[in-house]
Amino acid sequence: MTGRSAFARPTLRLSVRQYETIVGHCYDGLPDEACGLLGGAVTEDGEPTGLVTSVYPARNADASARTYTVDSRDMIRALRDAEGAGGALVGVWHSHTHTDAYPSDTDVRQAAEPGWVYVIVSLKDGAPVLRAYRIRDGEIRETQVVVEMRH
Amino acid sequence: MGTMPVEVRLPTLLRPHAGGAASVEAQGATVGEVVADLTKRYPGLSGQVVDADGGLHKFVNVYRNDDDIRYLDQLDTKVDDGDVISILPAVAGG
Repeated sequence: MTGRSAFARPTLRLSVRQYETIVGHCYDGLPDEACGLLGGAVTEDGEPTGLVTSVYPARNADASARTYTVDSRDMIRALRDAEGAGGALVGVWHSHTHTDAYPSDTDVRQAAEPGWVYVIVSLKDGAPVLRAYRIRDGEIRETQVVVEMRH
Repeated sequence: MGTMPVEVRLPTLLRPHAGGAASVEAQGATVGEVVADLTKRYPGLSGQVVDADGGLHKFVNVYRNDDDIRYLDQLDTKVDDGDVISILPAVAGG
């Protein structure tokens, strides 16, 4: 670890289709929270570059409107697929059905992957709000999100 | 017990307890024995995978190859030579 510099905030780059998959899965999950994983490119240090190459909708094993747990079988399938494509799992998304797109205390406490990007989709208003964060040692840093045309 | 040690893949947050390694070796005929051997080799991992009651910690998932042991025989799940045990954090929040 090299302190602050290791806490990089790469711009998260989603394709339009990936964005739609994420947000669609969040609406499909209502009234419960929905979740899924992000596969992407990593640097030699295992840090995400920000480029997302796959999105993996997952089941919320909690089936809850207040918490989520990525189904463990969906998790290993996504991991193997991402690794098979030469990348890694680089993050997770989940929905907040009635609160802002900002990490809750539970999100911070349970953030188990310091290298990941944590995406939160708020459905509390008429339009979805998607924001992304790094969470490490209880510290929250927002990272930019770009939705781009890509094949 | 399998004659050969099996590969155990560790999640990022547990690696510091195993000298920073992403993957280590441990031996046992069941996942529970492998975890016990792992803890003997790396005492810092004690309490990280198995809780005080001897059950699987709720914040980790343990897989034999690609199967979650919660859907097999939990810590009694058999381990054969060549199997890979993967420990992953449960990805959760609120």
